[in-house]
Amino acid sequence: MTASAFIPTGIRFEKIEKRYGGLYALRRVSLDVAAGECVAFAGRNGSGKTTLLRIAAQLVRPSAGSVSFPATMDGDHQQEDGDIKSPLQRPAGAALGFVAHATMVYDELTAEENLVMFARLQGTAEPGVRAARLLEEVGLSERRHSMVRTFSRGMRQRVAIARALLNDPSVLLLDEPATGLDPEGISWLANALRQMRDAGRTILMSLHGESEISALATRAVRLDAGSVVADTRAGSEMHAILTFAGA
Amino acid sequence: MALFANTTVLLGKELRTEFRSRELLTTTVVFILVIVVLFSFTFDPSVGESRRFGPGLLWLSFLFAASLMLQPCFLREQNNDTLSALRLSVVDPFSIFLAKLSANTLFLLLTEVLMLPIFAILYNVHIFAVFPQLVLVLFLGSLGVAIPGTAFSAISAQARMRELMLPLLLLPLLTPVLIASTEATSGLLAENPALRIDWLGFLAGFDIVFLTALWLFGEYLLEE
Repeated sequence: MTASAFIPTGIRFEKIEKRYGGLYALRRVSLDVAAGECVAFAGRNGSGKTTLLRIAAQLVRPSAGSVSFPATMDGDHQQEDGDIKSPLQRPAGAALGFVAHATMVYDELTAEENLVMFARLQGTAEPGVRAARLLEEVGLSERRHSMVRTFSRGMRQRVAIARALLNDPSVLLLDEPATGLDPEGISWLANALRQMRDAGRTILMSLHGESEISALATRAVRLDAGSVVADTRAGSEMHAILTFAGA
Repeated sequence: MALFANTTVLLGKELRTEFRSRELLTTTVVFILVIVVLFSFTFDPSVGESRRFGPGLLWLSFLFAASLMLQPCFLREQNNDTLSALRLSVVDPFSIFLAKLSANTLFLLLTEVLMLPIFAILYNVHIFAVFPQLVLVLFLGSLGVAIPGTAFSAISAQARMRELMLPLLLLPLLTPVLIASTEATSGLLAENPALRIDWLGFLAGFDIVFLTALWLFGEYLLEE
């Protein structure tokens, strides 16, 4: 991935609750994610992984608690300057990239049109150049003028990942990013995420089981029925969390 | 400035996708055409009857066609969760509404202007002398339909029984727009055509009130 300047940003979840009627999707989840950490969320279907990521992306308003984006956060030494703390407020200066279950791109537009449009909305300088560069990086340069509806699921996922990287995010939120990717695509994604992690970007991703991508995680968190039941940075314990039956 | 820049980009997207698929325009044009032709042949109205009943019939067909057009407005943003991508990208969520209601007004106006000559021929009314005034009435009326229609399209897209929800919410609310538009059109199609400023003022006021409400509360309609 193209290296560029960004603001190292962590994420702090404080007593996050999300209720849908009487059903709890998340129960008082508190997590401090330091800038540059790569966190893998594991858990059964319905454990709250997607909801937590959508709350982090500011797409879902929590029923209680708050999410903040400390500009820098280093273990026990937390710098609060530039802290943004509001239920649905975009973190100033700290761009978010989000890859969801769905591709979040328009089938009726070409790959290039999709990326240029989102780049323009985000105020990216030289949207055409940025889109062309990302399409080259995701291996879709030759199909840039093809409608997304003609793409395979794996190719759509590559466009989705390119869209998430348009604003050069300091925080990347990935909800099962390997969905639809072939082994070659998974290797490409793992390599891209490794470069971003090594550059100091904060990555939160929900995963099912161990893979080339889960091997990048520096921390694993297991959710069960909306609560954090395990949280570790130790290698052997991470393996146990990521390979937990039903994870 | 960011609001208008984002709106322009999104309006471009709406126009591009519609002119590629022609999904909405085809549906509404065919719907209005069927109504206008059917009533013309069934009742075979005289000039006087056309002047009395024509505007009401015209606006009823516009209103039902608009509810067909507005239904997929936010629904198709759900297929690939593109609404979330838009919410993550725009500076002001109002730009999403502004682009969609501009596109809806434009599509509706285009359909109406296409249908007017056919209406004039079938119902034997003279529209060419008052065409600019008629376009003004159509514009204000279409905007009055598109503003609450776009807002309710966002609500109904997230609801159960969404196909029923939009007309149920929208049609009672649009009754005043229907009355004002019909009265203003009647004035223009009368034997001595006159632009009814009172009804035009009412339409403009309705548009301003609902646009302000959408600007103030629109963001909440987009939340999951």
